[in-house]
Amino acid sequence: MFKVQVIIKRRPSILDPQGKAVEKGAFNMGLTNIKDTRIGKFVEFAVEAVNKEEAVKEIEEYCHKLLSNPIMEDYEYTMEEVL
Amino acid sequence: MKPKFGVVVFPGSNCDHDAYYALKKDLGFDVSFLWHKDKDLQSSDVIILPGGFSYGDYLRSGAIARFSPIMNSVIDFANKGGIVIGICNGFQVLVEAGLLPGVLLKNNSLQFICKDIYLKVTNKNTIFTKGIPDKIIKIPIAHGEGNYFAETATISELNDNNLIAFKYVDAEGNETVEANPNGSIQNIAGIINKQGNVLGMMPHPERACSSMLGKTDGVFIFKSLVSELLS
Repeated sequence: MFKVQVIIKRRPSILDPQGKAVEKGAFNMGLTNIKDTRIGKFVEFAVEAVNKEEAVKEIEEYCHKLLSNPIMEDYEYTMEEVL
Repeated sequence: MKPKFGVVVFPGSNCDHDAYYALKKDLGFDVSFLWHKDKDLQSSDVIILPGGFSYGDYLRSGAIARFSPIMNSVIDFANKGGIVIGICNGFQVLVEAGLLPGVLLKNNSLQFICKDIYLKVTNKNTIFTKGIPDKIIKIPIAHGEGNYFAETATISELNDNNLIAFKYVDAEGNETVEANPNGSIQNIAGIINKQGNVLGMMPHPERACSSMLGKTDGVFIFKSLVSELLS
């Protein structure tokens, strides 16, 4: 079994009004050096697979078709085999 | 022949009854609900993907609904030329399903907006718009994620092929920044696919079908479609 952690980020060309709004909060707190706040998603899950190759196939399909929308998001993941 | 409408019900849909009521009671058409776990489209001539918050809008609006059993049938139906209208959350489902290009981002104001807006018909030569009189129509919107976005190449393709059906305008028909409620590129409010059988729009025509509710411009869209189906 593999444990997977995915980070989904908005693509650089997509505006992130949520990030901007949160950054205003930082400014109001007095944190005036904070810049370029972007908000994404973090997903973790496990995959049952006979080997790493099979696991990667499922992870890629899951990330590409459901967890992210390639028009507006990029994803990256790490995986770790667990017993 | 009387065209039959099928309104898909996802968990979290909340305009399914609005659509059913408008089509059945206000307009007198045949309508059935189609459950998301079913596959049978019950010989519908037109499928409506209604507004709401399918699957709680978890992950992204429309992302999970797109993989529900009924959507496999709807995608097949659309690819064979079947008529599909996605309203609000239904539009979000259509772009997630790849039946229409682009994506709907969070409104640039970050606010959920519920109000009447004005629309200009950009392409009068579609089955959905042919019957709309030559005027600016008033239809409500109610969404938090209606900010239409697509890559520049996709936007050019939409323009080159005349696939933009509706744009947000002011009461006089001017396409201004102020008239754009959510930040959509080029004030886009609704688009069709290249084959012309799939329409996605953020405004709610089903909420503008009864004089009792103070607006009836939504009727033009459904009546246009039905008269095209009968012709």
